[in-house]
Amino acid sequence: MARLINNRWAELALVTGLIVLAGLLLPSNYYFRVGALVLISAIAAVGLNLLLGFAGQVSLGHAGFVGIGAYAVALLPTHWGVPTLASIFLGAAFSGVLALAIGRPILRLKGHFLAVATLGLGILVAMVLTNEARITGGPDGMPVPRLELLGTRIRAPEAWYWIAGGTLIISIVFAQNLLNSSTGRALRALHDSEVAARAAGINVARVKGIVFSISAVYASISGSLLALLNGHITPDTASFLNSIELVTMVVLGGMGSLVGSLVGAAVLVILPQALTVFHEYEHLLLGSFIIAIMIFLRDGIVPTLRKALLERKAPEDRV
Amino acid sequence: MSLLNPISLLSVSNIGISFGGIHAVDGVTFETSAGQIFSIIGPNGAGKTTLFNLISGVYRAESGIVMLGGEDVSTLPPEALAARGLARTFQNLQIFFRMSALENVMVGAHVHEKRRALSHLFGLPSTARENRGTRDAAMALLERLHLAGVTNRSAGSLSYGQLKRLEIARALASRPKILLLDEPAAGCNPTETAEIDEIIVEVAKSGVAIVLVEHDMKLVMGVSDRVLVLTQGRMLIEGTPEEVTNAPEVIEAYLGTGLPTMEASHD
Amino acid sequence: MLAQFLQFTMSGLTVGAVYAIVGLGFTIIYNASGVLNFAQGEFVMIGGMVTVFAVAAGVPLPLAILLAIAVAAIVGVALHRLAIEPAKDASPVVLIIITIGGALVIRGIAQIVFDKQLHKLPGFSGDTPVNFMGASILPQALWVLGGSALIVTLVTLFFAKTMIGKAVLATAANRLAAQLVGVNTSVILAISFALSATIGAIAGILVTPITFTNYEVGTMLALKGFAALVLGGLGSPAGAILGGMVLGLCESLSAGYLSSTYKDAFAFLVMIAVLLVMPSGLLGKPSAERV
Ligand SMILES: Nc1ncnc2c1ncn2[C@@H]1O[C@H](COP(=O)(O)OP(=O)(O)OP(=O)(O)O)[C@@H](O)[C@H]1O
Ligand SMILES: [Mg+2]
Repeated sequence: MARLINNRWAELALVTGLIVLAGLLLPSNYYFRVGALVLISAIAAVGLNLLLGFAGQVSLGHAGFVGIGAYAVALLPTHWGVPTLASIFLGAAFSGVLALAIGRPILRLKGHFLAVATLGLGILVAMVLTNEARITGGPDGMPVPRLELLGTRIRAPEAWYWIAGGTLIISIVFAQNLLNSSTGRALRALHDSEVAARAAGINVARVKGIVFSISAVYASISGSLLALLNGHITPDTASFLNSIELVTMVVLGGMGSLVGSLVGAAVLVILPQALTVFHEYEHLLLGSFIIAIMIFLRDGIVPTLRKALLERKAPEDRV
Repeated sequence: MSLLNPISLLSVSNIGISFGGIHAVDGVTFETSAGQIFSIIGPNGAGKTTLFNLISGVYRAESGIVMLGGEDVSTLPPEALAARGLARTFQNLQIFFRMSALENVMVGAHVHEKRRALSHLFGLPSTARENRGTRDAAMALLERLHLAGVTNRSAGSLSYGQLKRLEIARALASRPKILLLDEPAAGCNPTETAEIDEIIVEVAKSGVAIVLVEHDMKLVMGVSDRVLVLTQGRMLIEGTPEEVTNAPEVIEAYLGTGLPTMEASHD
Repeated sequence: MLAQFLQFTMSGLTVGAVYAIVGLGFTIIYNASGVLNFAQGEFVMIGGMVTVFAVAAGVPLPLAILLAIAVAAIVGVALHRLAIEPAKDASPVVLIIITIGGALVIRGIAQIVFDKQLHKLPGFSGDTPVNFMGASILPQALWVLGGSALIVTLVTLFFAKTMIGKAVLATAANRLAAQLVGVNTSVILAISFALSATIGAIAGILVTPITFTNYEVGTMLALKGFAALVLGGLGSPAGAILGGMVLGLCESLSAGYLSSTYKDAFAFLVMIAVLLVMPSGLLGKPSAERV
């Protein structure tokens, strides 16, 4: 019981501790960049976890929202002079509203429809970004104006590492708030039994729409930070492969575990960096890795670890 | 039996549905009012659960009307019915297995909670207040159903009998006006059955209209105000427990199947 | 006017046939095992690429085709044995991710064994278009349509007439019961993977003279095949075929009359619109969940 009550703070302390510790130990700009990438991906993964891990709804096009967020901070400042910070929020708002608009009709339907619809959406976004070359630069992408805070341009990977870390912590706090509320209970309930959830008065389509929209906002913000970190952006950000990577992060880290999303993001970001030496074999290795993990660590890394730890600690407690 | 009876909370008239040409429920009519225990009995496959699914909006009736407190609700979805005070349990347990026992019951109170996703996201003080209220009420219900000992256990780790009671607690959490119970005592031992029996009577006393599907004849005949017998989707008879037990058609229908000791658990 | 419409329709039916076959491959595996196999598009890629490279190496076309089919079938069985079977009772999401992992592996190997270039086969009956009511039609398009029709017929016969086909159906209907009457369900599942790999490869071979191929064509094909499947009604073979054809037609008509850059988008939009009106797809049975 004490464990459950403390869970929330334990989770936050763990994530904050990891971010600070890694931040103090990272040796060079390169590592800060990779670290920032991990944290930025984790933001999107936490959002997707709300949808996939907690509400049990599959999205195969979440990179579409990452793409929207990324291009928001590239396009709005470049073409319309919107300040970068405002662009992040505008992109997030657009993603959230778009998700609601699409989600509303689609989520009334059962089964694989959200998967198909999000798939279509992701492809559509990538297609628009590629084809509207006049403003997006086409397949080659476009530069992203740097974020200016108090008159200084933020470009050091180390600065981005801390910004991403702070954003991730806020993201997790919001996710926890949601999960510990009526809406959060509703979205977890419909994962296990839609019919019982409806009988309890939950408007399943509405709740799914809300969590879909929230997860889109998370993805969008993550995309904006990614673009600002890289200083350049291509339509690949919104690709199907990236959507799959996001899903894999969530499943790998552990569906329904917020800490897991960070762990999943870390593995999936760091691994390809480590594999760049084997550039030719990247697809092959990544694919084999995904299969192996899914077979041997099906519940995800964090839940598996937690279970192992709990069993060691209190074997008599088991049920 | 007037369908416009002002005190009838739930009235079902001539309702029916078929699956692949088979009439699972066919022309069923009854009504019940606050504080009454109305039981529906019948052999396996008679259409009792299907009738519940029709009333609670899980299935859309092909014919007939369901009225709730005088309003035609035949086409409303389950969540709209829940908001109007209808709650139910499920014969084949529909538990939120990934949530704790407490959280399962808290979900039951959903209709009384505010729908403010944004204040939930930002964790405003109002949310904390709401959570506290819901939690306290849920704790009290767990206590009442002798589940206080498993409050924070994951529902996935509870025993069958505990889950049966958890379903009832969750349904009660919505403070319903009408409660549909689908075999609440199936698979429970005599002590547990007696406990459930007691709770049903208590809840009815507090003014809730209860519709009960149950195979345990002792329980049914003991607590019911009225009993409806269903076979192959049709009404055989409806009346007081005495009327039903003594009706020749019931005796005939159940001859050889042994009515009073009809098989109980099939989970 | 009419000629143009005919032209668009014909090319729509041709790509639609490929989507239909991919969708049918999805359905065969889905019905037998409940797995949505997103590596389905890779079989089409293998069919095209192996044939191209075998022909380039001097292997006569018919032999090259057989070789490509054999390779695809082996890859299909390997996918089942090495990736799907070990994860047997994983959740649907996990299984989907596994097949996507499988697709990455297959693509990665193709990239190493072959190359990253676009490739094309010569048309089986030449590349000179024939004129039909003002529309010019590639003879290969007729190969694709005829070949797809033949595949559908053979698959239907396989399930209706052969012992193995019936065993697959029995396994699909009730795995436990099939095991009890002595069906080796593991072999049966392997067979359905091999079968859907085979038909995917054939479609890939037939269409390569028209659409080109390279190591990464599989992704889009899998997505389109999946869309066809959902459009037609999950689990219905006839639905997958109809869904594929409708998708292909939408695509080519919208490319012709509206905008070619957004043809993929139109296809998905039409699909979503249809689903909103008919949630269980064109030919799927509406299902009432039992509680
Ligand atoms: N969704 C459905 N699809 C097809 N047939 C159904 C469906 N729901 C119920 N039926 C059929 O309707 C009939 C009535 O079933 P129902 O579950 O209502 O019986 P029951 O009286 O509750 O039986 P039991 O005592 O076993 O619970 C059965 O023949 C059943 O097979
Ligand atoms: Mg029943």
